[in-house]
Amino acid sequence: MTEAATCRPPRPQAVYFFATCVVDQFFPGAGLDAIRLLEREGITVHFPENQTCCGQPAYTSGFHDEARRVARAQLELFPEPWPIVVPSGSCAGMMKHHYPALFAADPALTAKAVAVSARVYEFTEFLVTVLGITLEDRGGPTKVVLHTSCSARREMGVHLTGRALLGQLNQVSVAQQEHEAECCGFGGTFSVKHPEISGAMVQDKVNALRATGAERVVSADCGCLMNILGHAAWKDRQEGRTRPSLPGEHIATFLLKRTGGAQ
Amino acid sequence: MRRTDSPHPGVASRPDGGSARDRILARLKAAQAGGRYPTPAAGEWYGPRDRNESPAERARRFQANMEAARAEVYRVNDGNWVEKLREILAAKGLTNLLLAPATPHGRLARQGLTGGAVACLAYDRPIEAWKPALFNDVQASLTAARGAIAETGSLILWPDADEPRLMSLVPPVHIVLVDAGTIHATFFDALQAENWAAGLPTNALLISSPSKTADIQQTLAYGAHGPKELVVLLKEVA
Amino acid sequence: MSEKPLHFMPTEGFRERSKAVVENEFLQKSFRAAMDFLMTKRAAQFPDADELESLRRLGERIRQNSLDKLPALLTQLETNLTRNGIHVHWAENADQANAIILDICKKHGAKRMVKGKSMVSEEIEFNHAAEAAGVEAIETDMGEYILQLAGEKPSHIIMPAIHKTKQQIAKLFAEQIPGVAYTEDVDALIQIGRTVLRQKFLEADIGLSGVNFAVAETGTLCLVENEGNGRLSTTAPRVHVAITGIEKVVEKLEHVPPLFSLLTRSATGQAVTTYFNMISKPRQPGEKDGPEEVHLVLLDNGRTQPYADEELRKTLQCIRCGACMNHCPVYTHIGGHAYGTTYPGPIGEIISPHLMGLEATATLPSASSLCGACGEVCPVKIPIPDLLVRLRSEINSKPGSGSPLQGQGAGYSRLMTAVWRGWAAIYANPAFYRLYSWLVSRFNWLTPAGQGGWTSVRTPLRPAPKRLRDLLAERE
Repeated sequence: MTEAATCRPPRPQAVYFFATCVVDQFFPGAGLDAIRLLEREGITVHFPENQTCCGQPAYTSGFHDEARRVARAQLELFPEPWPIVVPSGSCAGMMKHHYPALFAADPALTAKAVAVSARVYEFTEFLVTVLGITLEDRGGPTKVVLHTSCSARREMGVHLTGRALLGQLNQVSVAQQEHEAECCGFGGTFSVKHPEISGAMVQDKVNALRATGAERVVSADCGCLMNILGHAAWKDRQEGRTRPSLPGEHIATFLLKRTGGAQ
Repeated sequence: MRRTDSPHPGVASRPDGGSARDRILARLKAAQAGGRYPTPAAGEWYGPRDRNESPAERARRFQANMEAARAEVYRVNDGNWVEKLREILAAKGLTNLLLAPATPHGRLARQGLTGGAVACLAYDRPIEAWKPALFNDVQASLTAARGAIAETGSLILWPDADEPRLMSLVPPVHIVLVDAGTIHATFFDALQAENWAAGLPTNALLISSPSKTADIQQTLAYGAHGPKELVVLLKEVA
Repeated sequence: MSEKPLHFMPTEGFRERSKAVVENEFLQKSFRAAMDFLMTKRAAQFPDADELESLRRLGERIRQNSLDKLPALLTQLETNLTRNGIHVHWAENADQANAIILDICKKHGAKRMVKGKSMVSEEIEFNHAAEAAGVEAIETDMGEYILQLAGEKPSHIIMPAIHKTKQQIAKLFAEQIPGVAYTEDVDALIQIGRTVLRQKFLEADIGLSGVNFAVAETGTLCLVENEGNGRLSTTAPRVHVAITGIEKVVEKLEHVPPLFSLLTRSATGQAVTTYFNMISKPRQPGEKDGPEEVHLVLLDNGRTQPYADEELRKTLQCIRCGACMNHCPVYTHIGGHAYGTTYPGPIGEIISPHLMGLEATATLPSASSLCGACGEVCPVKIPIPDLLVRLRSEINSKPGSGSPLQGQGAGYSRLMTAVWRGWAAIYANPAFYRLYSWLVSRFNWLTPAGQGGWTSVRTPLRPAPKRLRDLLAERE
């Protein structure tokens, strides 16, 4: 990581944490663990109370006015020049890559959107490229498999950071799944609009993850986790298993647990 | 839902006069594109990638790439290529060869093959006069290549009146004589160095392997419609 | 033209067709194997990521340049082709294109046509028009020939018969070709095709082909192929008709090598194809073969629609390599036929709406998880996911409120619009959101067990009993 270290931006004292609606409502533990991990690094984490959602669900569904209304409400949440850390590649991708175009019709809002997007970091990206975090593994030997979201991989280009973080944990081996770069089939409303196709995709994904023999799957995107864990649990139920065959969690939770908690 | 007079939106039944050409161009012009992109210069990409390779290295690269694509390549020179040709024809059990007697290499080949087991045929009339014979009876052909490309292992052919287009296509075995001195590093280099843009022939061709297909279950099979075998006589300066 | 046997209405039955494929274990395995094969081959052709990226950027600039100057380049192409002795025709739609080609056939009394692979001829459903006019149009690309025998359409733009196994083809040949015994040997099957089609090449009086690149500077038509049927179709008969979309033009001859390289490496993972065929003239005095007449049909068929819009224009950068479908997890799971369009996969989802209107294709842009694999491999950097999102918005917006696209608003639903408006009303207002999210967390036990398509293969989504903001409040 020496190369990253040399071109790393200055270490901030404080950050904004944009939790995303999915984390706020469905994976609050992951959000809390991400915040704890940042705080353990000596960063003051600000959680803007008025945050709701980045607007992506409406945007990708083709309801751009509605997406704009919601995104507009987020633009005012970050007055200080602190980085904005987002524990999701796809929401970070929305804010970083689509906000400027979403407000293209209004120069003042475009400027605001550009200013926000420039400060957006996906969580694992922030730990690696900004903080240059060093992790000390305190857990026993285990094997995990990492699923990186398509947005993190292709939109944010941060598919290596999650792997780099897990690579710092001495007792953790990271399994290699088949078709690693292939989408899990979530795709927001795609999973509801085209359930058969989405279902076939998540089935392949879960099979590939399980075939590695990993004890759990970790991911930096809760959308993918909802999909993957939801299918794995459904399959367990179908096949009468009482113990989850593929448990999983947000990478923040896993990292925090492995490195001794919040201290 | 689909318009029966036109499968196409936006242009159906619009009897507003003018030709299809004028209407298409008018629609394009109305879009007001233009002027924002300078014409890209491909040389800016190829230039820095120029390998400083010797002619011998380039010939080796050409040969390796051709062989990887299932062409047979033989190193020959002015003094022995006809002999090599005779050997190849004999080894393949071929009994006739289509060649161009009006070309220097065609003349030499014919001289060299006279009296042997191989009958020399000439493409000396328009195709209409002998199409079935070309399709059914000719076993092999010999043509020259104008040049070659090392990067992709390709032969450059500009068919002409002496060596017409079907000559390198219909016979099951195509034998090509190419001068090692005419190998270019890339396709781009070939058309720049020879200024193809100043005047292209009726037909210009790159040939990089025997005819092939993978249309059945991605299984590679040779001899789809063109030559099943491609033989390259790579002629070096003696 | 009141009746066409194979009308495309992709939106109808898309779900049923894709469901049938995903439930077919055999097809799932064979598509997966085929796509893995093509992806691996492509990757091997681009070992150097920087070289790939800079070449893609060059390809993108070349295609953008072509589109930028399109009307001028088409006029230049026409002038140079005409000077070279090639006849140029313009067609606004499929009917005009078919009429032009059949008129040429009629003028020459041509009844036997050999066809090189041409997706544009599929697009205009030429074979049906030919049949109606009494012209026998024989597909000579091995994959296309197989499909013509089977009465099917291509399921992939580069590998048309990718959905068929050798066993199916063996059976088909044994049943359809007189005197042919059942064999699963691929070499033998290809030789059977070769023998049958050689006779067709010998007898044909006209040949039809597509075009990969049309060079404005020189008036040259470039064709890329492996089999040699393209060369035969354009050389053996007395007349050659080429057909292409108006977007296929490039300004300079020097623009051809980089695009050719991107095309073959992206499409089938080949450094080069067997043949690269550049046609600039009909047979000249003294020449002994080649067609005496060469025609080019330039087809619009809806291409001017995306052209009018700066963002949608990028759709026309496409060089038809098919890499987007090879890398698309949706295509891998449903195959090409499910789309119900000439061009399947991601490129089909963004081009078909312009060729056929959004009424007929409203479902297609939604059939993507927006994973971005298509955009990542596109050799000319078409932002396919962005264009899908754009089309979704054109489909869902109220008719008349979007861009002037045929069928804009085709998917407009008052209910869905109201749902999203309601969603926005909650999520754009922090107080409403706090109340709403508090309610769904406290009453999470009310979450229904059946959640539409989601729960068909997943456990229900259930909000956590406490939100992150609640957990944070408790810490303080």
